[in-house]
Amino acid sequence: MSRRFFAKLEPWLFLAPALFLLVVYLIYPAIHTFILSFFDKFGMHFVGLRNYTWALHDPEFLQSIRNNLLWLIVAPLASIVLGFVVAALADNVRWGTLAKSLIFMPMAISFVGASVIWKFVYDFRAEGQNQIGVLNALVVALGGEPRAWITIPFWNNLFLIIILVWMQTGFAVVMFSAAIRGVPDELLEAARIDGANEVQVFIRVVLPQIWGTILVVWTTFTVDVLKVFDIVIAMTNGQWDTNVLANMMYNWMFRGGGDFGRGSMLATVIMIAVLPIMLWNIRRFRAEEDYR
Amino acid sequence: MTTKAQTMAGAADKAASGTSSFNLSLGWWITRISLALIVIAWTIPTFGLFISSLRDKDQLAITGWWTALQTSVGTEQGRTGEADAQVETNGQYVLTGSIFGEGSTKSIRTYGGGFLPSSGTVEYGQGEQPGIRDYAPGELVTLEDGSTFVLESNGTYTYTSPTPFDFDRGRRFFMETQIPPTFTLANYQEIFRAESVDQSFINTFTVVIPATIIPIAIAAFASYAFTWMEFPGRRFLFYIVVALIVVPLQMALIPLLRLYNTVGLSKGYPGIWLAHTGFGLPLAIYLLRNYIGSLPRELIESAKIDGASHFQIFTRLVLPLSVPALASFAIFQFLWVWNDLLVALVFLGKTPDQIVLTSKLRELLGSRADNWEILTSSAFVSIIVPVLVFFALQRYFVRGLLAGSVKGG
Repeated sequence: MSRRFFAKLEPWLFLAPALFLLVVYLIYPAIHTFILSFFDKFGMHFVGLRNYTWALHDPEFLQSIRNNLLWLIVAPLASIVLGFVVAALADNVRWGTLAKSLIFMPMAISFVGASVIWKFVYDFRAEGQNQIGVLNALVVALGGEPRAWITIPFWNNLFLIIILVWMQTGFAVVMFSAAIRGVPDELLEAARIDGANEVQVFIRVVLPQIWGTILVVWTTFTVDVLKVFDIVIAMTNGQWDTNVLANMMYNWMFRGGGDFGRGSMLATVIMIAVLPIMLWNIRRFRAEEDYR
Repeated sequence: MTTKAQTMAGAADKAASGTSSFNLSLGWWITRISLALIVIAWTIPTFGLFISSLRDKDQLAITGWWTALQTSVGTEQGRTGEADAQVETNGQYVLTGSIFGEGSTKSIRTYGGGFLPSSGTVEYGQGEQPGIRDYAPGELVTLEDGSTFVLESNGTYTYTSPTPFDFDRGRRFFMETQIPPTFTLANYQEIFRAESVDQSFINTFTVVIPATIIPIAIAAFASYAFTWMEFPGRRFLFYIVVALIVVPLQMALIPLLRLYNTVGLSKGYPGIWLAHTGFGLPLAIYLLRNYIGSLPRELIESAKIDGASHFQIFTRLVLPLSVPALASFAIFQFLWVWNDLLVALVFLGKTPDQIVLTSKLRELLGSRADNWEILTSSAFVSIIVPVLVFFALQRYFVRGLLAGSVKGG
């Protein structure tokens, strides 16, 4: 083997295992899923857009889309706002690092583990009995009526969203903490000398500087939310109008012996929702490479 | 006045933290109190789970975990022993025993009702067991037939009569009992014994360790090639890696399920190791390339001039220097695989030798939905390892997060 030939071959030897696995586990399946979404439940016969038109008339699908939209709006927004508040507050307090660690900790917990934790918080006993769930105990202590929170349509979605917010706010805190620390001090001083108060400094100086970080956090959360599955399957399995696309997809994979057509269609819908973020990530990456 | 206090507080904070970055100077107390409230709200759910997992299961079912340190009061019925347990001493017939089982920590607050005559001094409201508060522990009760009964606070009773006892079932009465706060590992013993959560714990480890190591090894080679080797299509291939980071797993499951069924990889450990490797690779390559790319170019160039091959540079120079980045990704992948439910549900079986903790927990949520002692302790077993890993290696984890999300803007 000539030396020049080897030099050409060598990079591919380094890359081969990774490329092989990426093709087998992500690229080929993704393309195949897209194709299967136009086939019947066994993946045998081409049915055109029938799976998609079925979805448009399926109440469960429409419900899932509505719920996913609610998740998409509320979960990232709540986490980002809270993340900001904590990052700003913690930087001013000596035990701020400890506080951040504790808020960050749920990120290490599984969605199912978190679901057990919160199901216990939301536990409901009939009125007059001792409430053993923290939320109902608080409500009763304040003179309210105990409720079975996760069975109240619409609102139960928010109780599930709280679990995700609880888990991912730590990420926002870490990102914003680092970003805020990265704002040049001279800029802040200059604004203060010009007579800006802290709120003005925040809106006029800090916010524009960390805008990029906010977008990164937002897109990360958006992708996470679209894939949310564990919380729903563990808390309600889609009952009481809480279904989401990812859980519905999982159900159709196995329901009635498994409907690969509908399952693939649902996966494709999730993929389409992620697509803009994927393209944006590539663009951002290219810009950064050019800058390098 | 307020402004001045705020400024002073702000100055003190800056002196304390040694930086003069931006801060929301809301005032000393407001800052601390709001942060403390958020931290409390964030920790209470996990804390409650932990405390509950250590409580007696009967107490857990009826009282909130925040009362775990209080003595709880319960209403119970008691029964004397049967007549054939009586002993004759000095012309008296005596029946003795303990109302509570061996090793009980309960004590009697009051007793009465049932076969015991009313003392007539205590009034009872609706829903109360009449007579239950008639007598204090140790108080001797004399019945109409001349027999006497006394119940001590530790639950031992003495029932004495001049004539032989003659009844089939033990005689019934009521009592208010006190249960002192008790903490126990019984719930954990129960989930290991009856639910084989310990086996699931081992299964999870069996999945996690190879599923963490394999992708790191493969990604390290690939990232080196992407950073320090020239080949056609390098940029384009890397864009694909970046794109794949966000592809939802759902997009891969159905074809892989079919593929696994044909090649016989389904419901087994090698299949899930490879699946986690494939799914984890894009982020691994991306993170490692970012890091390897930040190593000084001169270092690599001078090694090349000294005649080192790529393989030598990679193993002797780049890998040792990349330990922090490898550690960051290892933690990510460890946490991700440990906490994964979806991949485990699709690629592993639910038999005892394969079911992982997350999958087990989900099953228990269905089958033991009302047994909080089972759920809280199982959940705690499933979260303790990642939480410890997280606290021990937080520094690497945070570094990885910051690097993985691309410095925006």
